[in-house]
Amino acid sequence: MRFDRTEISLALIAIACVLFGFVSPGWLIFLLTIALSKALVVQGVVMQMRSGLVSFGQGLFYCIGGYTVGMGGQFFGIHDAIAALALGIAVAIVVAMILGLLLTRYRDIFFAMLSLAFSMILFGILVKSQELGSTDGFNVHNWTVFGWAPETGADSQQTVFTMTILAGLVIAIMIHRYTKAGIGVICEAVRENEVRVEYLGLSPRWLLYGNYVAAASVSALGGGLTALATGHVDPEMAYWTTSGEFIFIALLGGLGHVAAPFIAAIVFSVVRTYSIEFVPNTWQMILGFTLLGVIVFLPKGLWSLVSREKSGERT
Amino acid sequence: MTTILETRSLNKEFGAVIAAKDLDVQVAKGEVVGVIGSNGAGKTTFINMVTGYLKPTRGEILFNGKSILGHSPRAITRAGMARSFQVAQLFPEMSVIDNLIVALAAAESPRPSFLSPLRSDARIARAEEILVEFGIENYRHSKVTAVPQGVRKLVDIAMALIGNPQMLLLDEPTSGVSMDEKTGLMDTVMNAVRQHGVTVLFVEHDMDVVERYVSRVLAFYSGEIIADGKPAAVLADERVRDLVTGHRHTHKKGNGAS
Ligand SMILES: Nc1ncnc2c1ncn2[C@@H]1O[C@H](COP(=O)(O)OP(=O)(O)OP(=O)(O)O)[C@@H](O)[C@H]1O
Ligand SMILES: [Mg+2]
Repeated sequence: MRFDRTEISLALIAIACVLFGFVSPGWLIFLLTIALSKALVVQGVVMQMRSGLVSFGQGLFYCIGGYTVGMGGQFFGIHDAIAALALGIAVAIVVAMILGLLLTRYRDIFFAMLSLAFSMILFGILVKSQELGSTDGFNVHNWTVFGWAPETGADSQQTVFTMTILAGLVIAIMIHRYTKAGIGVICEAVRENEVRVEYLGLSPRWLLYGNYVAAASVSALGGGLTALATGHVDPEMAYWTTSGEFIFIALLGGLGHVAAPFIAAIVFSVVRTYSIEFVPNTWQMILGFTLLGVIVFLPKGLWSLVSREKSGERT
Repeated sequence: MTTILETRSLNKEFGAVIAAKDLDVQVAKGEVVGVIGSNGAGKTTFINMVTGYLKPTRGEILFNGKSILGHSPRAITRAGMARSFQVAQLFPEMSVIDNLIVALAAAESPRPSFLSPLRSDARIARAEEILVEFGIENYRHSKVTAVPQGVRKLVDIAMALIGNPQMLLLDEPTSGVSMDEKTGLMDTVMNAVRQHGVTVLFVEHDMDVVERYVSRVLAFYSGEIIADGKPAAVLADERVRDLVTGHRHTHKKGNGAS
């Protein structure tokens, strides 16, 4: 397997992050873990935005990933974190394969609202489920990695952080390839001219379906990692404001590069954390102005600050 | 002589408008058929029905002897019938060469790869050959929205040909192209078409272009075919002169493709 420059850069940054994790304070590690695992969910939103669809319900897969990890440990004796994460991805894929059959018939606002509807249905079910702690959710603990049980606290935080970085790296490389692969480029073609895609003998629906399922699996991984990091899941994960946050971060970062959602998620978390700390009660307003500023001044997202306009090359 | 395309009593009504009335058309393999008719005569509607974009109100469509009625545009494309559009249908944010590369990948497989790069060396090389064949190699990296209308038309037709169709339907290939560029464009297209041995049906308003390339003409008027035969005979037909060619054609802009 050959790696291109972007992939090598991503790998170097990931190694630097892991090393940085050993010397940085716990609160920062925690902030970064949450930001990066949410960024994985955002990657799923971005994948769909490239194909012209805005998912207003990506929280559905975030929640599925989180709850599967939690329930695996709680009810099914799956304590291995990696197995639990994989199971979360598998469940998300199965759900996406079913919902995708219906969703890929819709475009624009109808797709957005229908995806929202499905995540709100899950929210409703979880709120009604007493065994799963209803609105309070339940705790996720006692997980292991390859049989090793990190102690709760700093030790386990460190472990989740490292896992998140590694997962983020693998996913980033895969998405980087996916974006340039047949399906990635042709999904953009669907956004640009669906009629032409049909007349090339391809099924736009099948392409959007494949993309939807792939996006769901990435988002579920983000949800699973969040559950491990916070040690807790609750129905809020499927609530519409959570999905809104993912769209917010997606717009903040832009579609320009696979690294953009990671950067945007960190910026988002920092802005929110500091706003809450220094100007409580106004952080929504601050986020609102941030988004306004990005849309007006950086319509292609924060990534346009990083990329110098390269002519003739679409990165 | 084998028939490649046949329609039987094909009808299309849009409310009160009758866009196709009992169309019985037979096209033989290897023919180059010209379709003429004034604006709103039903030419595009005919192509749209045959390629699965519009569902006929009544009638039957056979391609290579098999019914394709109700088939999707992609199924019909895969079966070997391609088309171009009155207004070129391209991927506006991509370059000329990327448009061709997408078409090449689509022709290879209906299920694009998830991980291997679309812009492979083999596809780039093939796209280069096509650019040269169509004489548009100077525009390879331009966005398709930034190139002249004639180039857009050629890209549109090249994309249709990439799938190696048996039959090609061209909806006004020269619309929006200046008078003196028309023959150049059509020569390019017809050369490519001949090399692939494709049966062609093309809609055209310019009678000089029609006479130059076709072996047969269909004249549409108000959803009906009022004449069908050798170009000289059809163009001399009294009703055709009255209803189609009578008033000398002025250059017009295309309306929507669909
Ligand atoms: N989707 C539609 N809905 C309603 N009416 C339509 C539709 N498409 C075409 N028509 C009508 O059907 C008739 C035939 O239209 P068509 O586009 O086939 O004409 P045409 O011969 O291609 O004309 P032009 O030379 O202008 O392209 C016209 O009266 C047109 O208004
Ligand atoms: Mg027309």
